[in-house]
Amino acid sequence: MYWNEKMETMSREELTALQSERLVATVKRVYEKVPAYRAKMDAIGLKPEDIKGVQDLSKLPFTTKADLRDNYPFGLFAVPQDEIVRVHASSGTTGKPTVVGYTAKDIEMWSECVARCMTMAGITKKDIVQVAYGYGLFTGGLGAHYGAEYIGATTVPMGTGNTQKLVTLMKDFGATAIACTPSYLLHISEVLKEAGEIGNLKLRAAVCGAEPWTEEMRLQIERNLHIHAHDIYGLSEVMGPGVACDCEYHEGLHVCEDYFIPEIISPTTLEPVAPGETGELVFTTISKEGLPLIRYRTRDLTSITYDKCKCGRTTCRISRFKGRSDDMLIIRGVNVFPSQVEEALLGVDGVSPHYMILVDRVNNLDTLEIMVEVDGKFFSDEIKGLESLSVRIGKAVQQMIGLNAKIKLVEPRTIERSMGKAVHVIDKRKLI
Amino acid sequence: MQAKQLSVFIENREGRLDEVLAVVAKANVNILSLSLADTSEYGLLRLIVSDPAKADAALRANGFSSMLTDVLVVRLDNKVGSLQAFLSEISKTEINLEYMYGLTIEKEGKASLVIKASDLKKASEILLSSGAELLTAEDIAKL
Repeated sequence: MYWNEKMETMSREELTALQSERLVATVKRVYEKVPAYRAKMDAIGLKPEDIKGVQDLSKLPFTTKADLRDNYPFGLFAVPQDEIVRVHASSGTTGKPTVVGYTAKDIEMWSECVARCMTMAGITKKDIVQVAYGYGLFTGGLGAHYGAEYIGATTVPMGTGNTQKLVTLMKDFGATAIACTPSYLLHISEVLKEAGEIGNLKLRAAVCGAEPWTEEMRLQIERNLHIHAHDIYGLSEVMGPGVACDCEYHEGLHVCEDYFIPEIISPTTLEPVAPGETGELVFTTISKEGLPLIRYRTRDLTSITYDKCKCGRTTCRISRFKGRSDDMLIIRGVNVFPSQVEEALLGVDGVSPHYMILVDRVNNLDTLEIMVEVDGKFFSDEIKGLESLSVRIGKAVQQMIGLNAKIKLVEPRTIERSMGKAVHVIDKRKLI
Repeated sequence: MQAKQLSVFIENREGRLDEVLAVVAKANVNILSLSLADTSEYGLLRLIVSDPAKADAALRANGFSSMLTDVLVVRLDNKVGSLQAFLSEISKTEINLEYMYGLTIEKEGKASLVIKASDLKKASEILLSSGAELLTAEDIAKL
């Protein structure tokens, strides 16, 4: 079952021709409309007319999260602000978020992508879809929501935070599909299991994303809930969820290639790697109006196969993610950079720069603990003084990254000192 | 009339208390009293010692977070109602008692108490005017 058979099954020749045409137009447009892109191309003497098709893609300079930060908030937008109908934002590496903008056409394109993904999971207009991603600046909630509505499914905007209500409505409404992070769904499945409600559900499909998960976890969700679980991928810079998704064969995630051209590069040499090899995933958007991105480095490590899939789709597939080429963490679906945590800590009066971020998964939910050394300068002879310090640190972190962290005060020199680059993160989750 | 208390931050880990005490012993400092305030993750060890500055320096040199805090050490008659008599004088004022604990060394049928109050100066004046005996750092060093 396809949502858009023409685009999802066209021959490689046709697809390449379409990509080339769209790429040429995109490059011309960003050169004209976005000073930052023009400056980058001028710096290496590259003219828009030098790009004649996808074969010339590697001539273009890369775009990174730093470019988005340097042009905060709207500097990379390629349309006047009055054509932007929506903005979202995600974590930047420092206090400034990464802001993305969409035109009305972009929102429709995004809905189309999510519709293709949901169709891969067997979702149709007859389904009742609970969207249990966070709504708001995060792209997950609204992205999945618009896609489900685009299909014509009955869409329930659950959001996150009230599992009991979600479970009750799942049963009462006879919800047949859910979109949320995989760890949240696993948690939901445990709650349902404990309540003995699994047999009373009509749930049959899930589209999960926004964080890495293992095949083992996917199968566990399928077993727990007796459903089909699919992996949906996206990142706000490129669009949001819906850039790629796996079909019923679960042999990689089909990329919406008519909108996004993927490449795999070596994170060290920045040269494209041989087909099938693992490297950093790079995307060029070729239909987006609001925020077109040229060779955006996702920092996600994966590989691509162009072999035709058993499902009949001809679009290339990215394999399960093998990690990141930077230190970004994904905690409860939220992107967190250790540098943000550091910035928050240093903003609290008297906090030492020695800290350790501990991430773990307990009962299928991510936990975040930050150990901070108590040094002579700011500790107190009273418990309430230390408690207020923990609270102040917790608030600063919450404001910076939007997540509640458990703050643990530890003795000086407890946190290991490293000779080279300081190790600030211990991630005990086994996600890859 | 104030005395110095040594406050040490320790994590709730096996053997940590022992390590603190070992450092203090190695510095040849005698512990006269000790109170441990604990939470689920860490504790605050409060010590009255024969030489607070020396113990503080030794602990810091060994990587502990320690600090010196001003406290009052009141000597009371070891009899019914003597503690209440003094504290009721303080409770008539705006002064808050942050914490208190007993001093274990006793002499001549007296008991001593370590007090940390929000206004130590005022608290000491009240105690002295009501006839209390306050121990100084020098007194404590001689205990």
